[in-house]
Amino acid sequence: MSHTFTLDGKTIPFEDGQTIIQAASKAGVFIPHLCYHPEFKPHGSCKLCTVKVNGRQTASCTMRASAGMVVENNTEELNAERRALTQMLFVEGNHFCPSCETSGNCQLQATAYHLGMMSPHYDHFFPSRPVDASHPEVLLDFNRCILCSLCVRASRDVDGKNVFALSGRGIKTHLIVNARSGNLADTNFTLKDKAAQVCPVGVILVKRNGFAVPIGERRYDNVPIGDSLETATEGR
Amino acid sequence: MALSEMHAEAVAGIVDRVATRYKRDPVNMLQILREVQEACDWLPPEAIDRLQTVLGVPRTKIEGVAGFYSFLYTEPRGKYRILFSDNIIDRMAGSQPLIERLCENLWIEPGKTSEDGLVSVDVTSCTGMCDQGPALLVNNRAITRLTATRIDEIAELVRNKTPLSEWPADFFKVEDHVRMADIMLGSTMQPGDGLRAARERTPSDGYMASNMRSWREGLPSGISGPSAMLDEIKRANLRGRGGAGFATGLKWEACRNAQMKPGQQRFVVCNADEGEPGTFKDRVLLTAHADLVFEGMTVAAYTIGARRGFLYLRGEYHYLLEPLNAILERRRKENMLGNDILGIPGADFEIEIHLGAGAYVCGEESALIESLEGKRGTPRNRPPFPVTNGYLDQPTIVNNVETFAAAALIALNGGDWYAAIGTKHSAGTKILSVSGDCERPGVYEYPFGVSIRQVLEDCGAKDTQAVQVSGPSGICVGVDEFDRTIGFEDIPTAGAFMMFDQTRDMFEVARNFVHFFQHESCGFCTPCRVGTSLLKNLMDKLHNGHGSPYDFAEIEKLNQLLQAMSHCGLGHTACNPVLDTIAKFRPAYDQRMEHDEFKPAFDLDRALSEARQMTRRDDPGAHITGHNVALGEEA
Ligand SMILES: Cc1cc2nc3c(=O)[nH]c(=O)nc-3n(C[C@H](O)[C@H](O)[C@H](O)COP(=O)(O)O)c2cc1C
Ligand code: SF4
Ligand code: SF4
Ligand code: FES
Repeated sequence: MSHTFTLDGKTIPFEDGQTIIQAASKAGVFIPHLCYHPEFKPHGSCKLCTVKVNGRQTASCTMRASAGMVVENNTEELNAERRALTQMLFVEGNHFCPSCETSGNCQLQATAYHLGMMSPHYDHFFPSRPVDASHPEVLLDFNRCILCSLCVRASRDVDGKNVFALSGRGIKTHLIVNARSGNLADTNFTLKDKAAQVCPVGVILVKRNGFAVPIGERRYDNVPIGDSLETATEGR
Repeated sequence: MALSEMHAEAVAGIVDRVATRYKRDPVNMLQILREVQEACDWLPPEAIDRLQTVLGVPRTKIEGVAGFYSFLYTEPRGKYRILFSDNIIDRMAGSQPLIERLCENLWIEPGKTSEDGLVSVDVTSCTGMCDQGPALLVNNRAITRLTATRIDEIAELVRNKTPLSEWPADFFKVEDHVRMADIMLGSTMQPGDGLRAARERTPSDGYMASNMRSWREGLPSGISGPSAMLDEIKRANLRGRGGAGFATGLKWEACRNAQMKPGQQRFVVCNADEGEPGTFKDRVLLTAHADLVFEGMTVAAYTIGARRGFLYLRGEYHYLLEPLNAILERRRKENMLGNDILGIPGADFEIEIHLGAGAYVCGEESALIESLEGKRGTPRNRPPFPVTNGYLDQPTIVNNVETFAAAALIALNGGDWYAAIGTKHSAGTKILSVSGDCERPGVYEYPFGVSIRQVLEDCGAKDTQAVQVSGPSGICVGVDEFDRTIGFEDIPTAGAFMMFDQTRDMFEVARNFVHFFQHESCGFCTPCRVGTSLLKNLMDKLHNGHGSPYDFAEIEKLNQLLQAMSHCGLGHTACNPVLDTIAKFRPAYDQRMEHDEFKPAFDLDRALSEARQMTRRDDPGAHITGHNVALGEEA
């Protein structure tokens, strides 16, 4: 059976079991998000997709839609909070967009633009995160990891491999790979893995491919995030 | 055979032995890792190699779990792993000079392992011994009442490599300090009495059949017996003692009514994680009244129709494991656990104890369930809630230790009896863990409605400046509020009651709490993972004398963000101690403020301190001050 809820005053139909973000994107409404991807089980960790449901904040990628809900999304208050979250992600890792080969294809960068983030605001943490260049075809630059766990879910649920996982706790949470050496080269990861395609930022990089498309002509250079729903929800 | 192969083989032997005892089931991963570490002193890569094979799970999963818990080590931390409790109360009792003394004595640096691999000394979150601190843990065994003499003795024992079993028994003595007892701490209920009374609440017509079906299947309401017990809990107006104060009757009813698929069952979980700094009343209940707690769990099982129960005991209370298991064993012998309990056909219930491994967030009920399932202790997305989708996705109730003890008393004496104690909206009694500046720290049980002032008087507190009620995530109460009362109407509490006299610096209290939250954030969600670190940096900036009013605005903004966007209660409350103390103890902050506007956190002179340490210089020429360079000032 189909029911409806309202999103910023607009009536949105939904099917039983659908989350708010699923119903919204089906109806062509963009809700900023980073850890959500339509093909995977939601994680609910980045909190970018937070909306107000009947006055209470909640993540729209994990909250099921229910009939008659009153949802706020594109408000100055929520966007300011989302902007602060993107700033937090920028200072937590080492994101130097001008020298990053994902610039223009990066969902974090695009979302920050979308939300009007002008500066990182907070003091940088400058964590030390060595890169893993062991694999012949893929480089892992952990400096940019936002811990969204998309690669974890893709490798586990689609590739059936468990190449990636999160370890550590709190601010020391970090990505690990499935090898005693800790090197990607010693795992059964391949370029064909779904996990090779899902990173929303610039961690999982195909070698010798970086600037094949020049900066300025890339995905979000052409169509800013949120302007086209496809850009917002598809993988890279 | 090469030495490394021998080592690998020995480790594999240990892993096999432990894993077999846990049925080689990955759901027991945390317990397995903990016990392997007890045998190996850490979790060497060879152990993880073997676990991969034995449990049939990927390495990433094992390392992910091992990396989450503070008490699990994937790097050697010494034969003796010493962790000082770092709550503000331990600090006030002089823990810091004792840490320095021990480190000097052993020639090591805090946080590092000695070069011979013998010992490491570090700090950990509150170990629940604030009434007898300073305290520490050595290989997860608690040592209390530390003094300089005791520290020197410990150093000597470590240097001589004396096995822990031969250390003086007096070191490990933990006092109950029951100062004020009421219905619970003064209970003389005999094991089984509560259960028998619960059973007798059934009308005689056919209670056997109804009990049997209810116990096994948890029937919806309308069946006498268990539903009669549920009514008593509801009539008692019992609310959870773990902090949130949710109505226990409603929780049990929701679990009892939850739909189950074939093969599923219901679970009873007792939350003995007691991680909130300054709280230790569950420790005393489990020491002096464990039967009351287990009886309450069994009454709950009877009421909702559960056959399995868990007690999730914080790792810091490892020393309670043996005595608690002995009590469970006795209860099995007396037919108060096992099959056909007290002769009621079909009344089957078992309780297992699982130990935590140093993670405050695992007190949050859904994180606790993840941890029980052998995973990283990350809070789940809710809904669905544990009452319908808990342990292994099956209906589960999670209640605090004290809630279960109260349920046993209600089973014995009835709901009306209980509801008559305390106040209208807060029935019964509350046990407070009283610590800090007073003459008689310990546990105090009061009917709800007691005033802060009364507690202060009873424990012999003088010149009190502030009381932190319910721990860092609770509220800070100033002098003009001492007539406020403990209860859901006014100041709800999970039990902590920490007192600070006029000599204490409330800014440092708040800073200690902020460090606690930063250390314990699970890291799952962005606002709390990054926000608690930002908050910590701000408080450290103020501590270093670089604060400005601008920082207050920043703290206020962070608070709003954490409250609005965080995934669980830890993030929601992480800013509380700072906001409370800014509102009530502003001078403590103002005196740190040298600047009216803005001051950057970066301090050039401080940044050079490492270089000074390396060159062993501390002369004026090795310092940069505002006078000899302009860089340190704001741009
Ligand atoms: C970060 C965090 C830590 C918690 N720690 C504990 C704890 O140590 N013990 C406890 O009983 N409840 C704790 N809780 C509350 C539990 O989530 C849960 O509400 C409680 O165990 C329910 O039992 P009750 O209804 O009997 O109070 C914690 C909650 C949060 C958010
Ligand atoms: S590597 Fe990329 S996909 Fe994986 S957790 Fe980090 S940011 Fe997410
Ligand atoms: S609020 Fe903090 S503790 Fe809770 S889920 Fe988020 S990061 Fe973890
Ligand atoms: S997109 Fe919903 S929390 Fe990340």
